[in-house]
Amino acid sequence: MFEILPNINIDWMGIRKPLIAISIVVLMAGLISAIGRQLTPGGTDAFNLGVDFQGGTVITAKFKQKPSVEDIRAALNNSGIKDPIIQDSTDKTDEVLIKIPLIEGTDVGGSTGQAVNQVSVGRESVKAALNAFGAEAAPEVSLPDDPNAAYKIVGTDSVGPVAGAQLRNQAVIATLLGMIGILLFIAFRYDWTYAAGAVVAVFHDVLITLAFFSIFQWEVSLTVMAAFLTLVGFSVNDSIVIFDRIRENLTLHRDRPIYQLTNDSINQTMSRTIVTNGLVFLSVLALVLFGGEVLRGFSLALFVGSIAGTYSTIAIASPIAIWWQSKIGETKMKEAPLSQPSGEKLASASRRSVTRRPVTR
Amino acid sequence: MNNNSLWIRTVIILAITLLGIYLVFGPRRTPTAADFTWNGIKSNLAENINLGLDLKGGSHLVMRVKTDEYLKVLTENNAQAALTAAQEAQLPVTGSSVQAAGSNYSVTLNLGEGAQPAAVAEEVKKKVDFVNWTESSTANSVTWTLPSTNQTLLKNQAVEQAIKIIESRINAFGVKEPTLQRHGSESSGQILLQMPGVDDPERVKKLIGDDAQLSLMKVVSAPNPSPAQTFPSEEAARQSLGGAVPSNRRILAYREREDTATPTSPQDRPTQFVVVEYPSVVDGSELRDASAVSRTGNEGDYQIAFSLKPSGAAKFGDWTSKNINNYMAVVLNDEVKSIAFIRSRIDDQGEISGTFTKSVADDLALTLRSGALPAKLEYQEERTVGPSLGADSIEAGITASLAGLIFIVLFMLIYYRGSGINAVIALILNMLLTLAALIVFDSTLTLPGIAGFILGIGMAVDSNVLIFERMREELKAGQSVAKAVQVGFDKAFVTIIDSHVTTILSAVILYLYGSGPIRGFAVTLILGLLINLFSAVFVSRTIYMWILSRNPGMQKISI
Repeated sequence: MFEILPNINIDWMGIRKPLIAISIVVLMAGLISAIGRQLTPGGTDAFNLGVDFQGGTVITAKFKQKPSVEDIRAALNNSGIKDPIIQDSTDKTDEVLIKIPLIEGTDVGGSTGQAVNQVSVGRESVKAALNAFGAEAAPEVSLPDDPNAAYKIVGTDSVGPVAGAQLRNQAVIATLLGMIGILLFIAFRYDWTYAAGAVVAVFHDVLITLAFFSIFQWEVSLTVMAAFLTLVGFSVNDSIVIFDRIRENLTLHRDRPIYQLTNDSINQTMSRTIVTNGLVFLSVLALVLFGGEVLRGFSLALFVGSIAGTYSTIAIASPIAIWWQSKIGETKMKEAPLSQPSGEKLASASRRSVTRRPVTR
Repeated sequence: MNNNSLWIRTVIILAITLLGIYLVFGPRRTPTAADFTWNGIKSNLAENINLGLDLKGGSHLVMRVKTDEYLKVLTENNAQAALTAAQEAQLPVTGSSVQAAGSNYSVTLNLGEGAQPAAVAEEVKKKVDFVNWTESSTANSVTWTLPSTNQTLLKNQAVEQAIKIIESRINAFGVKEPTLQRHGSESSGQILLQMPGVDDPERVKKLIGDDAQLSLMKVVSAPNPSPAQTFPSEEAARQSLGGAVPSNRRILAYREREDTATPTSPQDRPTQFVVVEYPSVVDGSELRDASAVSRTGNEGDYQIAFSLKPSGAAKFGDWTSKNINNYMAVVLNDEVKSIAFIRSRIDDQGEISGTFTKSVADDLALTLRSGALPAKLEYQEERTVGPSLGADSIEAGITASLAGLIFIVLFMLIYYRGSGINAVIALILNMLLTLAALIVFDSTLTLPGIAGFILGIGMAVDSNVLIFERMREELKAGQSVAKAVQVGFDKAFVTIIDSHVTTILSAVILYLYGSGPIRGFAVTLILGLLINLFSAVFVSRTIYMWILSRNPGMQKISI
């Protein structure tokens, strides 16, 4: 058999401070980007929220002869659509994405009046503007089959502010509840200290990914939320693999300090970490490259998240768990003796594995 | 491990695998030879799996019934009807007042000298439906209040009624396999409508939202032969009523010829105004049928003929016989469409004259037939995916998944060699069974669903990697092959269970609290992970048990 990293012995906990420093630098960069953008007048917002979350309309139009972006903008402006964002599709040369913000001018009657207006007329107003380039293909007829048509609207996403707020709240509540569920389960299976480590690591991963989304202004849509949820699962999965090994090692080597046990556990599972995460990383790369426009945000979120998730298990989750345990034991992390209460609890929690024949290394 | 249990495991695996193959690829009828060709398999696969609108194309609309408005109108109508009922019974009432704001809905009748509240209430309740309302009275007033539980009840009824009406409208329109259901929380009043294959929902939206409310009303005018009394402006009409509109009168716009080609574009036609009596003689709820008819057969020269139900016909016949030579207005959506004088008693037939185009007349007749919506709708979300965009998304999703999958398979085979085959079998089985489970639970595969599928595959690979790495460790520690397999599975199983339960837990929460696309993701992820416990642990282990049973003392295993 050939192996990646057959025997490694790295003092991971010893380099935790530089690793945590890297996280803090990225998080600070994200924070500066978010606050900076928010405070810059006339600039972009902290996050490039998609229409799912802030309302608005996105039209995907397919042309026989695609006009230039300037021409489309001029046509939209002529029919009174302010500030359209026009974006060429990256993988389809004849398609263009037109994003219009919530239509203003009817917001006198409160948000509900606006909602009616936006969702009912968003598509119609873009259609009226695009008719400057020729007629739209008839409903249920594809563009090449209609000789008189110049373009066809092949996709619409129109969300009113009420639905947008609803979707946003739902996504945030679902994520937070999911994290609480994870916290309770890990606390039940392991220990509060580990649960805290895993959940902080998950927050860290989501925040790091958000930082990238703010810095590069990638669009945050409903599918990106799904990606966040995926990386929450991914990050926790990674943490559990190492926690599980720490728990097992605790019962086998009661004489060793937890500091060393954690290092050993990370090193023992390192080849699994590299194989699994390498494979996930490469599948996500395939998604970024071939996944198409609709999945772009999703793929990018997973791309950043899969790196952050791997790294945070080692750099964030494990140090926090043993730091808290050492606080409980009121000793320094390095000299943490194993007679501390939480160590006992862990040992008893995995009594089942004691009955198995121990692995000698 | 004895041979018996090995056989049982094998039979279970084979049975489940065959069932999975049948569910995914099998025809739901007697198979023919064509079903075993490549094209036959493909078409059966496409038929068996429910694709979401984002993959096959279609329209997704979320609308809200304005239930507050519904209760407000209901309260106002009840107030007017109560006042009329009391006045007709010659009871001393001085007026009515309405409260319809926030979550308070109530009707108060103010009583004059010497009135008996109980008698008034008694009389009013004969004519007006106050079943859901609580009654209270003082010496000089009677009040009906709608308690909040009944507000919820009525709002729900309004939403249900709206769904029924929308259903009849879209069915008549010919939308294939629509999904129409309540959406969001109970109190949101939201309705979700999905229409596969519809890529331009404008006409459907118009049809659904159209509030074709027909009523026949008496015009306040001198009878025939003098012409019907019309006014050039609303102000002039109001002046004729002494400057203020009493509660039993309405001023309505009157455009005689309407709706030629584009009903939405404003038309330059002089609008007149007429004064009509309120409430109407009969309204849309008494309508039995309506259809578009044309006398000349020319496009753009259609009228709408309607007939009334027996109860409405009786009322209408009674009224027309008493009002010969008076003018009657046909009112559609608070606008007078035509005015005619009553020549003789009319029972159940009528016509809305005008010059409609055929499609406008058809849609209008359809809206009239299906009845009036209880309240206006507002659109909150519209998503349309054309079939070509959906096909592109499928292609991109499949390309990306296959690229990732091929890489994973190659890696597993190269890195774990013999055991890699084991992992690949488990992986393929996992994909097959996940698709089968989607079919069994009648779930819909969406784009986020494909993403959940990919994550599930990722975790399936992780399970195999965990097991194999553990086995390698045991082998390095000098364990026998049989022992290494046993310990590898047992130890890795604890980790796999923990990580799977954690992920399933968060996916279940996503399912419970998430909306459409997030749910699609959660469903495939949950199914993929549950199946993975079977394919990566149970099946994979059985394969090792087979290998070991054939060669119990084996010293080396390809891993």
